[in-house]
Amino acid sequence: MAELSYRDAVAAGIAQEMARDDRVVFLGEDIAGAGGVFKATVGLLDRFGPLRVRDTPISELAILGAAMGAAMTGLRPIAEIMFSDFLACCWDYVANEISKTRYMTNGQVNIPLVIRTANGAGSRFGAQHSQSVENWAMAIPGIKVVAPSTPADVKGLLAAAVRDPDPVLFFEHKSLYSMKGEVPDGEHFEPLGTAKILRRGDDITIVALAAMVPRALQAAEILQAQHGISASVIDLRSLVPLDTKTVLAEVSRTGRLFTVEENPRLCGWGAEISSIVTEECFYDLDQPVVRITTPHIPLPAADALEDAVVPSVPRIVEEIMRAADFRADSRSGGARGL
Amino acid sequence: MSTTSPPQAAIRPSGETAANPGVISGGARLALYRLLVALRYTEKRAYDLFLQNLIKGTSHLALGQEAVAAGFGLAMEQGDYTFCTYRGHHHTLARGAPMRGVLGELMGRQCGLLGGKGGSMHLTSVEHGVMGSYAIVGGHLPIAVGAAWSAQYRGTRQVAVAFFGDGTTNIGAFHESLNLAATWKLPVVFVCENNLYMEYTPIHMVTPVDNPAADRASAYGLPSIIVDGNDADAVYLVALAALKRAREGGGPSLIECKTYRHSGHSRADPAKYRPPGELEAWMERDPVPMYRQRLLGLGIAEQEIAAIEREELSNVDRATEEAKASPPPELKSAFTDVWADGSAGWRN
Repeated sequence: MAELSYRDAVAAGIAQEMARDDRVVFLGEDIAGAGGVFKATVGLLDRFGPLRVRDTPISELAILGAAMGAAMTGLRPIAEIMFSDFLACCWDYVANEISKTRYMTNGQVNIPLVIRTANGAGSRFGAQHSQSVENWAMAIPGIKVVAPSTPADVKGLLAAAVRDPDPVLFFEHKSLYSMKGEVPDGEHFEPLGTAKILRRGDDITIVALAAMVPRALQAAEILQAQHGISASVIDLRSLVPLDTKTVLAEVSRTGRLFTVEENPRLCGWGAEISSIVTEECFYDLDQPVVRITTPHIPLPAADALEDAVVPSVPRIVEEIMRAADFRADSRSGGARGL
Repeated sequence: MSTTSPPQAAIRPSGETAANPGVISGGARLALYRLLVALRYTEKRAYDLFLQNLIKGTSHLALGQEAVAAGFGLAMEQGDYTFCTYRGHHHTLARGAPMRGVLGELMGRQCGLLGGKGGSMHLTSVEHGVMGSYAIVGGHLPIAVGAAWSAQYRGTRQVAVAFFGDGTTNIGAFHESLNLAATWKLPVVFVCENNLYMEYTPIHMVTPVDNPAADRASAYGLPSIIVDGNDADAVYLVALAALKRAREGGGPSLIECKTYRHSGHSRADPAKYRPPGELEAWMERDPVPMYRQRLLGLGIAEQEIAAIEREELSNVDRATEEAKASPPPELKSAFTDVWADGSAGWRN
């Protein structure tokens, strides 16, 4: 095991796949010479050369279109869209072309490509450089959606995304780039579509994604220490495919579900989880599902405002305490009413 | 610029832009005529099948624009990539895709090129190099650039050719594609079929230059190339030159073919916005009879020409019957091929 930052894990993940397979090529704005505006791709140009690591003009349509054309004709491109907000500039490719062409052609083509993008708040960049847009992508049939929360998962899930025969939208979280963590030495691969139970508890289940995962874990520690509430925390890791088995099993066991979502409220990924849980394990629920989300507003820039609207550790604790009705029938018996 | 008459004055003599025009062989001319006739008959049949309500949905006919498809279809080599728009029946057929598969797809039958899952606007036949028909205006140009990038990277000498209408020259993807292709010197040929109308609106009303594609070429360091898009020979020669340039590492070309759409934008459009006499003037330059006259002038026997016409008509008739006989798709096929493993699953 080596300790790597989340950003270094991106470069390590790309390097692992480029070294393994010379069909893997990488394109995007400022990714080669500059090593990426988040310095997540430093060293790749020197190691793999300008034919495989290519700086592009500011042309999001051309970036995703070119990645698609290359993927249809034998390459395995990784395309970077600098900020996930900019996906709106090239959404035709995500929503209409990349995701639908395999289906429309009755399987005549595969489109094995990865779109990497920096997602999420925390940098005080305002409403056009801070959004969490994973729920946009989740709404489209035909594209896989992944959002890792740790350096190890960045490397492992990126490997899986590159090797996957289908298109994958890979959301890296801006506020996690400096996070450090242990990453297995040598080749590392984590299968897509598998959620990970990071903490086991008996009273509640918290499901989180990306930057909300470390916050959910901290909240779980506080709930345990201060309120005697024992929480399971699931890192969803992938929205498509969705590991509903893991979620349903934990919710059935604990009887209470809280989602922690950075996306704005309406049609956030937690709404789908909530719907599935309600339809499929309603009689195991001890209380309504509660979604803890960013409110349905554009993100403000000022640090005080941004921090106030994105789910924080204190807010997660508070919302769980407010919503939970821990009567004597609580499954662990450890928690009591509020 | 007038849009009411064929813009012959704006067109350079055939082949002037071709680096090596050479002489078109008799065999090539017969092949061009066969393609012209096959495309014309199939497209007319599509129209007839619409009237019989055997084709549902919409369709964007390329009647009148066959010379562009025939010229490129003959000039392109096996392995080259075609990317076309929703008006793409003619380009798909010109690469050798079967009439039965095209008509079957339009009719929503199992024998369709896409098993009924794509329809008229998305004809694709990868085995013939037709990498898709794209229904978002301009959407395919960056994809063709990517295929060209892939060919360059793999060192295969394949060329990608993207066909599009005049309306596409005003969308961002057109400019992003030309910029990237020219910067990376990619083996891609951009072919504008300027049929004078972006959907229902005359292109000159929404574009500040006379030649919507060719006049933009210099912005990307490319030569301005205009060709008579109703003259299959002229298109063929320009195509050969552009393909050669691309194959030899000379980078992209942008070609504007002046042509005309005989019918409206789509099934729903009777094209009443056309000024009186415009269609009639262009019918004088209908690419199919015009080429027939040329063959006769070159001394090719009437019987030989008529035999080609008879054979292609019979091919279309047979394809029509086969498509009609083909059953509708099995319902379960709606749930296949979202993913590469053939499934449509999104959860465990």
